[in-house]
Amino acid sequence: MIKGNFIDNLPKVYGIYTGGFLGFIIIMSIAEQMGMTAKTIGICFVAFTVAIYAIIGYLSRTAQADAYYVAGRQVPTVFNGMATAADWMSGASFVAMAGGIYFKGYGYMALLVGWTGGYVLVASLLAPYLRKFGCYTVPDFIGTRYGGNLTRFLAVVVLTVASFTYVTAQINATGTIASVALDIPFQYAVYVGLVSILLCSMLGGMRGVTWTQVAQYIVLIIAYLLPVFWISNKMGAGFFPHFMLADEVSRIAELEAQFGFVKNSAENLKEVPKGLAGITKAHSAVNATPWAFISLALAMMMGTASLPHVMMRYFTTPSVKAARKSVGWSLFFIFLLYSSAPMLATLSKLSLIDPSLPTGIIGKSISEVQAIDWYQNWNQANLMYVSDFNGNGTLELNEFFMGGKAVVLATPEIAGLPYVISGLVAAGGMAAAMSTADGLILAIANAISHDVYYKIIDPKAETAKRLVVARVLLVVIGFAGATIAAMEIQGILGSVIWAFDFAMSGLFFPLVLGVWWKRANREGAIAGMALGLISGAGYLIWVRNGGSGFLGITQLTFGIFGSAVSLVAMVVVSLITSEPSAATQKMVDEVRVPSGKSILGKQH
Amino acid sequence: MSKQAQHWEKSRGLLFMTLAIWFVFSIGIFLFGAEMNEVTGPFGYPLTYWFTCQGSLGIFVILIFWFANRQEKIDEEFGFSERGDD
Repeated sequence: MIKGNFIDNLPKVYGIYTGGFLGFIIIMSIAEQMGMTAKTIGICFVAFTVAIYAIIGYLSRTAQADAYYVAGRQVPTVFNGMATAADWMSGASFVAMAGGIYFKGYGYMALLVGWTGGYVLVASLLAPYLRKFGCYTVPDFIGTRYGGNLTRFLAVVVLTVASFTYVTAQINATGTIASVALDIPFQYAVYVGLVSILLCSMLGGMRGVTWTQVAQYIVLIIAYLLPVFWISNKMGAGFFPHFMLADEVSRIAELEAQFGFVKNSAENLKEVPKGLAGITKAHSAVNATPWAFISLALAMMMGTASLPHVMMRYFTTPSVKAARKSVGWSLFFIFLLYSSAPMLATLSKLSLIDPSLPTGIIGKSISEVQAIDWYQNWNQANLMYVSDFNGNGTLELNEFFMGGKAVVLATPEIAGLPYVISGLVAAGGMAAAMSTADGLILAIANAISHDVYYKIIDPKAETAKRLVVARVLLVVIGFAGATIAAMEIQGILGSVIWAFDFAMSGLFFPLVLGVWWKRANREGAIAGMALGLISGAGYLIWVRNGGSGFLGITQLTFGIFGSAVSLVAMVVVSLITSEPSAATQKMVDEVRVPSGKSILGKQH
Repeated sequence: MSKQAQHWEKSRGLLFMTLAIWFVFSIGIFLFGAEMNEVTGPFGYPLTYWFTCQGSLGIFVILIFWFANRQEKIDEEFGFSERGDD
């Protein structure tokens, strides 16, 4: 399959695949009509899709370094865009984003702006230049541009800290979905998730991950968009929700004004299960200060441009020109999902709180709500809860609590869609979490195998040996991530945001100035990476332990502080030490033009 | 000035223009989020709300393609573009 003219046949191959997947959905819905149980449908969806990814992973096996590290640099623009979108959109984007918008409104939507705006920085500041450089990994660029093993090693450290924080959250998400869909305990489900992830990446490295990510993107985007359109049509809200929900948005504002946001006492909130929240913030009104919004968006944008697992996707394009275009395609494919999340949140919220809709529960009697089938299901799953705080027997807005995941997971059922959609959503969530986990584990393993093992420890190692080391590391890092995920330390989203802050603290300015400031030198880069990461992490620890913070920088935006320290340190140290050698300056000149040979050879 | 220096100067100009547009739609307009939200935006949504859901996001997509095309033109003008690929 992945031989000869496979690249030329890509549209056909993935066209057949998409058709096959749609056919599978239809077969499942027929099976549901004929009496297949909800549980079997869930298992079929997850098992079928994971099996396909495993087959793609097997067919993409390789013994060549450039295929393993950068997919042979022949991934076409549009397909690399899809792969990047899957790489990018994590389990959190898929399962938790609509929920975040549902509960927090405007303040949360800074993440939407941040996670898309960052791609402008990727396209204009970094991706094309790093592609021209011809590196295999991000530390490869840092190590060659600034010279010396210490710079390379520090870049690996920052990469590992950021990506590892992120990957545990993704393995956690695959575990959650596998445990629900396959009905096994979470502690085991985490390892089922891990094995699925490794099946995609172990044999083919970047090549395997690329082609599975394209397949995963197709599954996840169908799984996200189909329910949104279906629910919108079923509710009569409009056949194209993105352009037609203005009435629904203003209706929610009207209801909010009517119900008011009653604050619950701490005493009452104690009985609400952990992780569930009520609606306490306006849906479409501006409910955050400008700086709270902007600082979060800015941190996410700079973090996006520093996360190695995204950057390395642009090393796989055939040319510099293609790398630039590919960033545009990536963002386009991300936009399809991100612009749908607020629409899903709107539909979900309105269908629950509008008393004039048949699905609305606010204003009904508590006992009536408790008797609804879907309420009982999701209450049992610990994602919904009602309680009559004021004792009037009627459900008020402040007496209804829901988990963030429920917006994506439960809305299809509330709107009365067939169960097959819930199975599809489980497959989509699994695809989103797996694809991101794969990209991250590969980024860490490649950095350690290529930059630490090959470039620093044993530069004479043969290709076969290097790839064995790379694969062993992949498994080790995967197991380490799964073990930590099984301990369930923190929620999915908290650690995702930290990863952005860590990455921007240590890598943003060393990467950007490496291209855009010729005077930046080794000493400056060392200071920038080390002090940036240390001060960012220090700020996080300080705020977590009750520190008050300053300038409104919170534990979610600590990267703003870290990267500011990094910038100052890098500029000051660069200027007080000698300028980079003539050879290095010439190298920077070379990087700035697309034509000519790449700095690093095809095999290095 | 050498060809390469001229090319870089133009590229840098394009970068600043791109970043200026980026700044306006990712940061600038949200300084006035509360005021702007009083205005009705496209498709009838409150304006700031629309920007956070679709507007800014869509503008970023277009901006990147626009940037890529402009940069390609600059590369061609100075003969620095690559040959024989997509």
